[in-house]
Amino acid sequence: MEERRINVVVNGEPKSVDVEPRLLLAHFLREVLGLTGTHIGCDTTNCGVCTVLVDGMPMKSCTMFAVMLDGHEVETVEGLGLPSELHPIQEGFREEHGLQCGYCTPGMMMACKAILNENPNPTEEDIRWGLAGNLCRCTGYQNIVKSVLWAAEKMRSEAGSFSR
Amino acid sequence: MAQALDEIKIGGLGSSRKRVEDDRFLRGKGNYTDDFKLPGMVHMEILRSPLAHARIKSIDTSKAWQIPGVHMVLTGDMAAQHNLAWMPTLSYDTQPVLATDKVRFQGQEIACVVADDPYIAKDGCEAIFVEYEPLPVIVNPYQAVAEGAPVIRDDKEGQTDNVCYRWEVGDRDGTERAFAQADLVSKLELHYPRSHPSPIECCGSIADYNSATTKLTVYMTTQAPHIIRAAVAIVAELPEHMIRIISPDIGGGFGNKVPVYPGYVCSILCSILLARPVKWIEDKTGNLISTHYARDIYYKGELALRKDGKILAVRFHCDSDNGSSFSDAQPTKFKIGLMHSAFSAYDIPYGYMTAQGHYTNKAPGGVAYRCSFRVTEAMFFQERAIQAAAYDLGMDQAAFRRLNLVKDHQFPFRTPYGFLLDSGQYEKCLDVGLNAIGYDEFLREKEAARAQGRRLGIGISTMTEPLGAGNSREYDILGIKMFDAAELRVHPSGKAILKIGSKTQGQGHETTFAQIVTHELGIPAADILVQHGDTDNTPFGMGTYASRSTPVAGAATAMVARKVRAKARKLAAHLLEVSEEDIEWELGRFHVRGAPNNGVSIQECAMAAYGNMPDGLEPGLENNAYYDPPNMTWPFAAYIVTVEVDPETGVWDVLRMVAVDDCGVRINPMIVEGQIMGGMTEAYAMANMQFITYDAEGNCVGSNYMDYLLPTAWETPGFELHEVVTPSPHHPIGAKGIGECAAVGGPAAFVNAVMDAIDDTGVRNIDMPLIPDRVWEALKYRRDISGMPPVKSDE
Repeated sequence: MEERRINVVVNGEPKSVDVEPRLLLAHFLREVLGLTGTHIGCDTTNCGVCTVLVDGMPMKSCTMFAVMLDGHEVETVEGLGLPSELHPIQEGFREEHGLQCGYCTPGMMMACKAILNENPNPTEEDIRWGLAGNLCRCTGYQNIVKSVLWAAEKMRSEAGSFSR
Repeated sequence: MAQALDEIKIGGLGSSRKRVEDDRFLRGKGNYTDDFKLPGMVHMEILRSPLAHARIKSIDTSKAWQIPGVHMVLTGDMAAQHNLAWMPTLSYDTQPVLATDKVRFQGQEIACVVADDPYIAKDGCEAIFVEYEPLPVIVNPYQAVAEGAPVIRDDKEGQTDNVCYRWEVGDRDGTERAFAQADLVSKLELHYPRSHPSPIECCGSIADYNSATTKLTVYMTTQAPHIIRAAVAIVAELPEHMIRIISPDIGGGFGNKVPVYPGYVCSILCSILLARPVKWIEDKTGNLISTHYARDIYYKGELALRKDGKILAVRFHCDSDNGSSFSDAQPTKFKIGLMHSAFSAYDIPYGYMTAQGHYTNKAPGGVAYRCSFRVTEAMFFQERAIQAAAYDLGMDQAAFRRLNLVKDHQFPFRTPYGFLLDSGQYEKCLDVGLNAIGYDEFLREKEAARAQGRRLGIGISTMTEPLGAGNSREYDILGIKMFDAAELRVHPSGKAILKIGSKTQGQGHETTFAQIVTHELGIPAADILVQHGDTDNTPFGMGTYASRSTPVAGAATAMVARKVRAKARKLAAHLLEVSEEDIEWELGRFHVRGAPNNGVSIQECAMAAYGNMPDGLEPGLENNAYYDPPNMTWPFAAYIVTVEVDPETGVWDVLRMVAVDDCGVRINPMIVEGQIMGGMTEAYAMANMQFITYDAEGNCVGSNYMDYLLPTAWETPGFELHEVVTPSPHHPIGAKGIGECAAVGGPAAFVNAVMDAIDDTGVRNIDMPLIPDRVWEALKYRRDISGMPPVKSDE
């Protein structure tokens, strides 16, 4: 099929790439850009391991075409934190043992980022509702909820210290 | 005087050290099978059968071959030319790799296409035309043995029916005599529905056959790389030393990634035929409908009871639905795994158990889904039967358990089926749980609520399970005994590499196995690298499933560290210029007896092993150990759940969930608790929503995540965890398995709670999952609810 040129910003970096129209966003990220932190689980928009942020909104990249990204910004786990310094969400997951096999973790953390963008001080219920589109088979979620609470607290305190 | 090391601070036993694995997972830098790209790699997709039972009349692949970018279209007939149309199973049966004669379940592999990318390969699969002649379909064991049932396995010489095994254990006559003396016999029948372990990551492999060196390297999602190597050597008739299995990071296993699947074999064959790397990544539907399921057992059982509550004997029969092949992943000696570990926690003098297996037109399997070979199935029936018996006696369910649980002074305790329980404090666990939940108060609350038309219920599940298969007298798979090995090398600077034969799928081996070495040698855990999952670079091991890593490979790790310490002692004697007998060990250091200031650290011993060894002592500081466990480890748990059932809708909500686990010494408490919560969530899933069933035509209901429901963060209840510690007397560091206890013992606690909430209705059983319409129907019509397939079709 004839390829189409798309202009996208991936983790802050502008890119101009030719893609086949039926190429899924998840495959675009993994196979074309080599960003294998975004995983693929179910192909039916249920499991959420492929969750990335498109213009700040959590999207399941296994059911979006790459061409739909033209003119938009996407953020993946590789854009979360710096190689030397973890993002508070990443730190929270480590501190509270919010991951086991690690497969759902990148999508889970991107969904968390969307929750915290919208609500810096979520309740346990807010978090559980916000993560209802992301499956985890290992942890039982309790520690994931704690991880998000940990991250929220750290991000609030950092925001506070910046404003001072 | 030298400061003693703080074991917790250096990451030893009992330290909730943060996980080493997290550094890469948190950054999206894990290495899962699908993340690997090899030069020249092509992609394989599988064509699956839409029908559950049909004769294949013809397969036309000509159109697929014509698609640009297609390199190979492999059929069963082509595989047969390489003697690979069929492969052996782990239960001494055979399973098709690609169908040649018939298809026997929906989703069975018929052909595969290799192409430049997976999109083209999928196009190729759609271009294959298969002509079928449909045959009658069987979806449960009773249909399988009904008169006139078609013989599913007509490929097997001498197979004239659909029975794949018969098995019995225990004392039939003694049990019969005990039943004759019973005041009361409590009976229960139920079905543990078919389920799928469903790790989020599906199965996959990259086979890379190098035609120049004839070495085959396979990257694959396997929990047991060393066994896979042996199996590939047997199945593909390749020399074992020229096969390298690399099991990289795994996105969850839960038993699903133990067996050999046709996709792995096809990718290997295609790589050999094309002489280039072939990648196969399964999609979710392929995973759910074709890879190994779990459970699917029909039970009929009874307990012989004395009026005072004492259980005199137990007998039960299991009919297992094995699907189209008998391919349970289990030790050779046992035909229905360790089902006979049922009722182990109770002091019951006599027991007798029988089982029969059946071929049906469903996916093969019988994997140990988060359990030790059918132990989940055993403990579920046990705890449902125990609750039913308490009701029949009119006795309080906690008191009935307390009366019959094995007492502390009875260990080691021999069960009527021949197991030897190693240790435990069963009553104490039960008491901790009852206190935590506020048992007596809840019973009063329940009564008061009932008077107002509200239905509260409390469910208990107390169980032990045999973990850590297993001693070489009884346990083997394909003739290989179930030991495990570890290699430990301490470098000159005192940093170490530990290599093990087991394989993490999220349990955190890279973190916890280092802690065992730290406990034995005093080398900080941060200075120890744990390697696993590569058969060329690790010692033999049976793999990680059935909670056997800590009991077996963990023990091997402790033993190899002790061998290294024994050599370090010789080096210390040399450095301190005294005889070995005059040296004492403290964590991380040897000192001269009576002169604690005069000592050398383990790191100084390591340097001496390479630069200052005594005459006659071999240089270096490394060793290996093979561990043949003397017994299984027997953790114990008491799980208590309270629920409220809405009588109008049948919906039930968990009010509280208390878990008391005794898994002996906890290596890393944070990780242990993570394992318990994960297991408890799977237990909740089984009780509440997660199951696979079939309609009368053999269509799989539950073939994707829209039909196969898994709990999300929203439904999953919170858990309250408590611990009791009874060290295993035979394990080197007193640890027991834990990864699966909650998934094993948990389901009955949830179901018992719902049954308790409707204990005035005369309903004896509702089959899992207790979806609202089943509970509503039971309440409305006061009848038991069976979940046996076929489900009614939509029309």
